[in-house]
Amino acid sequence: MSEEKLSGAELVVRSLEYMNISTIFGLPGGAILPAYDPLYDSPIRHILARHEQGSGHMAEGYAQATGELGVVIATSGPGATNLITPLTNALMDSTPLLAITGQVASEAIGNDAFQEAYTVGLTMAATKHNYLITSAEEIPQVLLEAKHIATTGRPGPVLVDIPKDILNQKVEWIEPKLIEMPGYKPTLEPNPKMISQAAELIKQSKKPILYVGGGIIHSKANQELFELATKFKIPVVTTLMGRGAFPDGNELCFEMPGMHGNYTATTSIQKSDLLIAIGVRFDDRVTANPKFFAQNAKVIHADIDPAEIGKIREPEVPIVGDAKSVITGLIEKLADTDLNTSDWLDELNQMKKEYPLSYNQEEKGPLKVPFVLEELQKLADDDAIVVSGVGQHQMWISQHWNFTSPNTWLNSGGLGTMGYSLPAAIGAKAAYPDRQILALDGDGCFQMTCQELITASTENIPIKIVVFNNGNHGMVRQWQKIFYKNRFSASELTHHTPDYVALAESMGATGLRMIEKSDVKKVFEKMLEIDDKPVLVECIVDPEDMVFPMVPAGGSNDVVILNEDDLKKL
Amino acid sequence: MSERILSVLVEDKPGVLARVASTISRRGFNINSLAVGPTNIEGRSKMTIVTELESVEQVKKQLNKLINVIKIVELDPDNTIESEVLLLKVSINKDTQTSVIEKASLSGAKSVDVGQDYAVFEMTGSSKDLDKLENLLKPFGIIEMIRGGRIAIQTKL
Repeated sequence: MSEEKLSGAELVVRSLEYMNISTIFGLPGGAILPAYDPLYDSPIRHILARHEQGSGHMAEGYAQATGELGVVIATSGPGATNLITPLTNALMDSTPLLAITGQVASEAIGNDAFQEAYTVGLTMAATKHNYLITSAEEIPQVLLEAKHIATTGRPGPVLVDIPKDILNQKVEWIEPKLIEMPGYKPTLEPNPKMISQAAELIKQSKKPILYVGGGIIHSKANQELFELATKFKIPVVTTLMGRGAFPDGNELCFEMPGMHGNYTATTSIQKSDLLIAIGVRFDDRVTANPKFFAQNAKVIHADIDPAEIGKIREPEVPIVGDAKSVITGLIEKLADTDLNTSDWLDELNQMKKEYPLSYNQEEKGPLKVPFVLEELQKLADDDAIVVSGVGQHQMWISQHWNFTSPNTWLNSGGLGTMGYSLPAAIGAKAAYPDRQILALDGDGCFQMTCQELITASTENIPIKIVVFNNGNHGMVRQWQKIFYKNRFSASELTHHTPDYVALAESMGATGLRMIEKSDVKKVFEKMLEIDDKPVLVECIVDPEDMVFPMVPAGGSNDVVILNEDDLKKL
Repeated sequence: MSERILSVLVEDKPGVLARVASTISRRGFNINSLAVGPTNIEGRSKMTIVTELESVEQVKKQLNKLINVIKIVELDPDNTIESEVLLLKVSINKDTQTSVIEKASLSGAKSVDVGQDYAVFEMTGSSKDLDKLENLLKPFGIIEMIRGGRIAIQTKL
């Protein structure tokens, strides 16, 4: 029985429908135009971004919030090159992303045609894998494979580049089937021998620490982690990407370690005799100089990506596998082990009492970000999703916001992409229209992708945006204060331009402003009340404020700078 | 540091060499030699990568992440046969001609083209043998030399 022939473009749309994709983000252009025509009749929701970078971050926000594939579609040339930042970002943070790009017609490839870029070459190091389609028949199969690669093993971005003539080619739909890929077989089940060895080390340990990250969230292993930690009373630290994997507020949760981690979390690793590292990659923002990192500890390192194991630190017990299976295996193996960690916990709790995170909000003084955050959390929904930019505000949110469940904290951790917050928040809100999505951003970051505010209002995506306006690239300024003798080279933005309230209004959002302590509650109440369009709150904050604790890059985690006075230690 | 030889089985698809090369350079790995060619299996190519890196484990792991890389085997130097091809053009004149050809052929090189003032030799052998030939002919003036990259195969099953 021969089916009606479909164009390559129709196959793209039909394949997306076949894979149950409900929302995609993108921006049309010449080479991808054929694909936009069948999209017009499709139930798939297409959200029209104002810049391809924005569309890419939207798809990432969608994926980070849901744990499912985010899809972005763009045209050739500049459309594709503008995706390189979100692709690299997704690669660093292991976000499952499918990017579909148009390409110039097959016969024009290599001729420097209009809007031609060597997309597959340019994105080779920015993707987990990429494809150039050479005939329309391949489309359903390649898109299914791309989704499979993006969402399994260590998730990541996959790009499929399709020449325009192939989008117009008419062929029959052949139902795609996942066939075995000889070079792609992620190891999910850990080696039982390694689990046994790990369990032995845990039994012998007096000062164990669970050092966990984004891998827990990707694996949806937070329940298992909770059981492991609480059953055996093992304290937990959560990396920037792992915030929410274990609930803040739990007596075993010591939150974020590292460069701007809290003193206890950072120091707990230094004093520990056993790191149980799961779904983490010993990032330099956690380890500082790895030579001085956890020198007293043996290491169990479990990760789904074998290349992460031994990359920075050679573990005593390497485990390749999915976090969920690894943790389940450990719980089984430890069975009714009675791990006595009470002295260790006392030591950590004492430390926490002695070195709490602090800030000083004066009654009449300028607003401090940590204070504003704590006030906002009092008013926000419990299941609100917080989406951050990169820099001081990001660190303050990670430090001061209470994250109690996974996928409620979206940020650009590995690549540190300023401008991530607003578009990623749009993506999250597209996935969860009924949840509060809070884009908490810095003024420097916001200015990088603020055109997407128009996307939010025109697509009826009522996110809440708080722009912490300190008139500066705050983290740059902080480093200039500490390391460059207060020479503030190119870090000043000014508090006044743009007028954020007017900017918001001009883009179809409501603009509000807070300047003083007495404004905070009432402005936030108003912000949370408005639900029919995006709201932007400009929050004028102290430009002199610095993020502490701090371990300077390349330093030792044994030397934690706690406050400005402590800088003399450097 | 001793050399490590990786035998990398890959899918014979466009861009695979670029992916492997890109991964090697992206991670800052230094390599001594890379050779690529078809195998007896349809749709599969073999790359032989020679490196002196101590961190060869990282190279293997990073290359293994490539979807088109099927299998990586590190060859045991004691059970490996290695071979490389060389083409070398050297200047000659009436006085040196006999000596050059004699030296080259004693080294195992084959003369493939001889002109009035030049001779071209071809040689297949271990890279050390090729180095020897090069050193031997250097005093006569090497005009051009090309080596094909090292390939290797394990001797045991």
